[in-house]
Amino acid sequence: MAVKVKVTSVLQKVTGAKVVEGDGGTVGELLANLDTSYPGFKQQIMQDGHLHRFVNIYLNDEDIRYLDQLNTHVKDGDTISILPALAGG
Amino acid sequence: MDHGHLHIDRTTGVIDPATRRAPHTGGSAMPAVSVYIPTPFRKFVGNRQHVAAQGADVAGVLADLDRQFPGFAALVYGSDATVPRHINIYVNKTEISALDGVATKLSDGDEVAVIPAMAGGADASASSDGATPRRKIGALTAEQVNRYSRHIIMPQVGPSGQRKIMESSVLIIGAGGLGSPIAVYLALAGIGKIGIVDFDTVDISNLQRQILHQNDDVGKPKAISAKETINAYNPDVEVVTHQVPITSDNAFEIIAPYDYVINGADNFAARYLVNDACHFLKKPLIDGSILLFEGQVTVYLPGQGCYRCLYPSPPPPGMVPSCAEAGVLGALCGTVGTIQATEVLKLILGVGDSLHGRLMLYDALSMEFRQVRIRRDPHCVLCGDEPTVTGLIDYEAFCGGAFGHTNEEEQKAMDAAKAAREQARV
Repeated sequence: MAVKVKVTSVLQKVTGAKVVEGDGGTVGELLANLDTSYPGFKQQIMQDGHLHRFVNIYLNDEDIRYLDQLNTHVKDGDTISILPALAGG
Repeated sequence: MDHGHLHIDRTTGVIDPATRRAPHTGGSAMPAVSVYIPTPFRKFVGNRQHVAAQGADVAGVLADLDRQFPGFAALVYGSDATVPRHINIYVNKTEISALDGVATKLSDGDEVAVIPAMAGGADASASSDGATPRRKIGALTAEQVNRYSRHIIMPQVGPSGQRKIMESSVLIIGAGGLGSPIAVYLALAGIGKIGIVDFDTVDISNLQRQILHQNDDVGKPKAISAKETINAYNPDVEVVTHQVPITSDNAFEIIAPYDYVINGADNFAARYLVNDACHFLKKPLIDGSILLFEGQVTVYLPGQGCYRCLYPSPPPPGMVPSCAEAGVLGALCGTVGTIQATEVLKLILGVGDSLHGRLMLYDALSMEFRQVRIRRDPHCVLCGDEPTVTGLIDYEAFCGGAFGHTNEEEQKAMDAAKAAREQARV
């Protein structure tokens, strides 16, 4: 199952691209798959199996915290966005 | 000299129907007069020098003009629904204060002339309105009507909306990349009072993006440079400079006097501090942040979610680089800051759909705008159902020192502020 994942500039250092594709039935599986393709991927956004609290993951336009968190189901055609907080002004 | 009263809603400029004369219908004896329209008001009456109107007295004629050209009365009447002293109304060349004010009776064929003074005259005396001192703006001067004419001719703004803008106060955190376009557009819009919080001085590396500052300003305190630029754009704006780092000790005092807060801070500690202070003071916060080619913008309204709902805690030091470390496209600041300025103007005017509940994501490289939904988190430690953060905290400790400092001076000022706080605690 191919799901599009949009990442911001900080993660692009790991992926080399702004949009990557991964496989998995849930967000958690998808992230694990991406970590295989792009070593170090999970380390940027997770710690001890939990998402960093300055990183949000959106399934389409909804924060997965308000869905089923890492167990949120994904399907073909969905877009996942991974967004860290930015501090610049 | 009392010119008499009509009851006009100060915010909408609408005349109370009870005091509005009935529209003239054919056959009645309502006198028909010619009204001379001064140049600055002509754009509101189809660019005519004279307009025909009917009314038993001057107030009736003004009400008729307001029916024909909605918003006209608000140009003439002050906020207390009297004719302010800088506008003179003449009936056949006699000023009405020498007659019966707006109750001066009219006859067929009379000429009424509305003549505003060409400069000055706005009654901007501040008065105390609860915790927030609000300036009261009377009728706009001729110069102001001209200056803001592109606002005033829009139905969503009009004279009353422009007056709301001029009665508002906005605090801008940071006179840097975001603070610059925010301050410039708010100055041009005629915001009554703009506060600038920035303790830094202008560095030549700021000039790639910070349009408040120019070559000659290098070395000058940013708040002072900002004030000079704002007043060069619009001398009507009152600028208050806060040349200190915003800290847990001064945040309430700095923020309390303003209606709205716009965040253009360059570090996480200030972002959490400003968020928390706005929550406790119930101030709307227009938030924006930038890095490289990306920006994020949203609006937090009191009691309806906050920055901590979106990002419960800051990244550990080094996880998210600052603009100083990673860079930022200068023009990106303009895009994001201008959205922030737009959002505060919409809140002031009460028009449109605010970004509240939505996080706007801008990617300049792909030239894409996207939105994601954000909401109040019931588990939020600040604004959730069972809050544990009940006052301002030590934000430097909270952010683990990850401030994305732009220079040594900032670090020194923060260290000094921290030392002063620690001393105060002893």
